[in-house]
Amino acid sequence: MNWVIDFFTNPDNWSGPDGIPTRLLEHLEFSGISLLLAMLIALPLGLWIGHTGKGALFAILSANAARALPTLGLLVLIVLLMGVGTIVPVLIPLVALAVPPILVNTYEGIRNVDPDLRDAAYGMGLRGGQVLGRVLVPTALPLIMLGLRVAAIQVVSTATVAAYVGLGGLGRFIVDGLATKDFPSTIGGAVLVALLALIVQLGFGLVQRFLVSPGVSQRLTIR
Amino acid sequence: MAEEPLVRWDWIGRNWPNIQGLLVDHVVMALVPVVIGLLIALPLGLAGARWRWLYQPTVGVMNVIYSLPSLAVFIVLIPITGLATRETVMVPLTFYAMAVLIPAVVDGLTSVPDHVRQSAVAMGFTPLRRLLRVELPIAVPVVLAGLRVAAVSSISLVSVGALVGRGGLGYLFIDGWQRQFYTPIVVGIVLTVALAAAADLLLVLAQRLLTPWSRARRTA
Repeated sequence: MNWVIDFFTNPDNWSGPDGIPTRLLEHLEFSGISLLLAMLIALPLGLWIGHTGKGALFAILSANAARALPTLGLLVLIVLLMGVGTIVPVLIPLVALAVPPILVNTYEGIRNVDPDLRDAAYGMGLRGGQVLGRVLVPTALPLIMLGLRVAAIQVVSTATVAAYVGLGGLGRFIVDGLATKDFPSTIGGAVLVALLALIVQLGFGLVQRFLVSPGVSQRLTIR
Repeated sequence: MAEEPLVRWDWIGRNWPNIQGLLVDHVVMALVPVVIGLLIALPLGLAGARWRWLYQPTVGVMNVIYSLPSLAVFIVLIPITGLATRETVMVPLTFYAMAVLIPAVVDGLTSVPDHVRQSAVAMGFTPLRRLLRVELPIAVPVVLAGLRVAAVSSISLVSVGALVGRGGLGYLFIDGWQRQFYTPIVVGIVLTVALAAAADLLLVLAQRLLTPWSRARRTA
């Protein structure tokens, strides 16, 4: 335990290109861009499939297959093929990791909305797009947010692996520590990544409280 | 480097015994945690479905455990379970499996319609028989859906263990990276995905065998 305290109290670890702030920013950069790209792909696709019911089987099957892809393998293969000039090689496996949970939960969320609710919205004269935007998405939001949360946590956890192929991020402390038998650095890095994942988890919980309508989350009880 | 083919078939042929060993190691490290996780999740899930106040805190703890990065947990465990041992990889995977399976068991059990439960009571089923003959069979589809997720993610997570010296097929990624050689990496990815697909397929078949009524209803 003392090692960990030494790691965090050593001022050298808090500044410079190898310092915790720099590594944290790099980590957030990989994770943030990957999550954003995954959302741009998976959210519209999930909404469209859930709303129209087209291509559902294909999307779910390929999402499940993508879940099985080992990120470490994908990462080393892509980096060997493309080189490490940019951060693109890291983004590809992380996006591949984040798309399935977002896609599947968005689709399931939209599809599982009570059909009576959907029919009532059409009956009130709303058009297809309006039904989706004003009724289906708000009702499905808890499940959509769950998908985003799972994706974000997995991306933040897995971005650690980027360090193995020589890129930055919090994984550097872990990988360098393992290579040089600097155990405090390894453990310290592991603690940092775990803390970051917990903060992401809590953050999404908070965002969800603000975004999800009280009627849907049943914080508002109708008497 | 540019002429290097993606797959060198002769390498696969020459190294097949090695690859097979890694495959077996991978299967053991991925699936033993899922089985143990299920064995622990069943009683905990039963308790959670029976006493609802117990369920929320359990899920909270499991969510926290699930959000811990696997590599971080492997490393923290090394002083306890040792470097490059199966246990270092299997202990966290057991917790990840539990995190998926406990909610699945609880959801499965609470999906049993009340009138079904009451019919069983009226027919004179004792609580234990009701659980074994009525409630658990009805919960099977939901539990198996959780089991599929747990098995597939366990299979894909094992390879991260290669960074701490024991990762089954993940060793092929490290090997390929260090020698700048595509073939082992491709073999590792293909076998991992094939393994996950096989496990998924087996669980789907198990569901068909365990819930014959769901097929009967569809054809009727």
